[in-house]
Amino acid sequence: MSVHIVMLKGRKVVGGVAEGEALVTRQTISGWGGINPMLGTVTETRHELRGVSFKDKILVFPGAKGSSGWSAVFHMTRLSGTAPKAMLFNEMTTKVALGAVVMRVPSITDFDRDPLEVIETGDWVKVDADRGLVEVRKAALGTGS
Amino acid sequence: MKLTAQEQSMLDGRDGKARQKAMELLVRYGEALAAERFVATDNIAGVPGSSNSFLQKYYQQKGGGGYDAIFSFFDLDSDELVEVPKATAHTCHLQGGYDPDNWQILGATPESFKISQESEAFIAGRGVQILKTCTPYLAGNVPKKGDHCAWMESSAVVYCNSVLGARTNTEGRESTSAAMLTGVIPDWGFHRDENRLGSHLIEVDFEIESVMDWGMLGYFVGEAVQERIPVLSGRFGSADLIRHKHFGAAAASSGGVEMYHIAGVTPEAPSVEAAFGGRKPVEVIPYGLAEKRRTYDNLNSKATDTQVDYVMLGCPHYSLGQIRSAAAMLEGRRVSANCKLWIFTSRAVKAVADAQGLSKQLRDGGAVLLTDTCSSISQAVPPGTKVAALDSAKQTHYLPAIMNIQAWFGSTQDCINAAVTGRWNGVRP
Repeated sequence: MSVHIVMLKGRKVVGGVAEGEALVTRQTISGWGGINPMLGTVTETRHELRGVSFKDKILVFPGAKGSSGWSAVFHMTRLSGTAPKAMLFNEMTTKVALGAVVMRVPSITDFDRDPLEVIETGDWVKVDADRGLVEVRKAALGTGS
Repeated sequence: MKLTAQEQSMLDGRDGKARQKAMELLVRYGEALAAERFVATDNIAGVPGSSNSFLQKYYQQKGGGGYDAIFSFFDLDSDELVEVPKATAHTCHLQGGYDPDNWQILGATPESFKISQESEAFIAGRGVQILKTCTPYLAGNVPKKGDHCAWMESSAVVYCNSVLGARTNTEGRESTSAAMLTGVIPDWGFHRDENRLGSHLIEVDFEIESVMDWGMLGYFVGEAVQERIPVLSGRFGSADLIRHKHFGAAAASSGGVEMYHIAGVTPEAPSVEAAFGGRKPVEVIPYGLAEKRRTYDNLNSKATDTQVDYVMLGCPHYSLGQIRSAAAMLEGRRVSANCKLWIFTSRAVKAVADAQGLSKQLRDGGAVLLTDTCSSISQAVPPGTKVAALDSAKQTHYLPAIMNIQAWFGSTQDCINAAVTGRWNGVRP
């Protein structure tokens, strides 16, 4: 069985390298009032990831929404050891930029291809934020694009 | 980023260690945004130095207790402990902590109240104005059109940009605390003319009148445009401060709306065309009765039991006028023995409500007027609460998820009726 690998290129938001399993959502994420920083789970009532943990995952999402407490709450995930390993997102906002900075996790945006189209939950993802490169190892053949 | 000589001097540490750490954080933040420079700001609204027992214990274990430590390690994201100097820019503290007169009602432990008092004293000593409200514009901080600000609190940010025509991004705790010491913030997003133009046109086909209508419209718009800039066209004769407050707070919760235009109403939208800067809307979205009903049902999807234990008003913090009308609705009636009615506002507004006898009037009716916080921020509801009733779409968005309770959404009158009868009897529009 051949391994299907896809590469993406984007812009560094916060430098560093990381690899791990992807957790993908097409819904934006709230920080304060939307996640539990002690558990690293999404708590927003109608969110598709409700109850799911992003701890040690490569979090792939459209961007941040909601309260200005975004950075402080994700900052707490770093202190409590529940932060994602890296963040890949489409929509740049001050919330997600500051959150990535204080979480100190490798983060990339402005991709040449939409990461939400290419990456699926469960894919193994290597992030080299210093070079803006993402290597996606597809979990299953014939899925994604 | 291109720095001015003064900014470079701060970064080099010539203005002290704390300002150096603040500049380092702001440069990392500016680079993350791909901002090219900073803009000077003299109006900061944040939550500097605020603390909780998690942060206290965390930094104590790391060998650095105390408020300088929390400010250094958390607010400035510094790896070094620095002594925090007085604020350089005018700075106010937003909501947080506990009402100093009613902390026990809010369920604060003596320990957590002590922490909130100590962090307040620490930051007051640094020259920060202790407004303790999510509505600084109702408590004396009203920037003028064009002022560059660095504000937190999504409902205040959207008010600042849209209604006042001042300029701020949704800043966070760390960026506002750093700006407080440096007087600069990345020149990005809403600080720049080209980013303040509308993207989506919302065509509203009936007159939006009640505060509840404005809240639902905001909730719908936020979900529809996410973090883009909606331009509303329609009939908005009723638009006043309170309606803007509820509309913006809702739009900033269901989506990430930081600015909106209402043609003929808000300062940067003399017309629909002007609000779009001559460009075409990326999408035209209708809002009619069907959308209004769907929004109402969405907001009320988190409740099934009609027995109401708790009614919370004051999200965003109530104005004096809202307190007066709540008191009038309660006049000659009394909150049910099976229910609690809490109303949240700022200390400044409460002082006037006290002077006018409104606080006593509410107390006589069995309600409590509280300051500094709200049920979501303090995770404080009356003991045993299973079902709440709320007149704020924003609070309805957050409180059920935060407290794991049911919540009904309706008009202020629906809520006061629920408080008096202990039953939800809200009317679907």
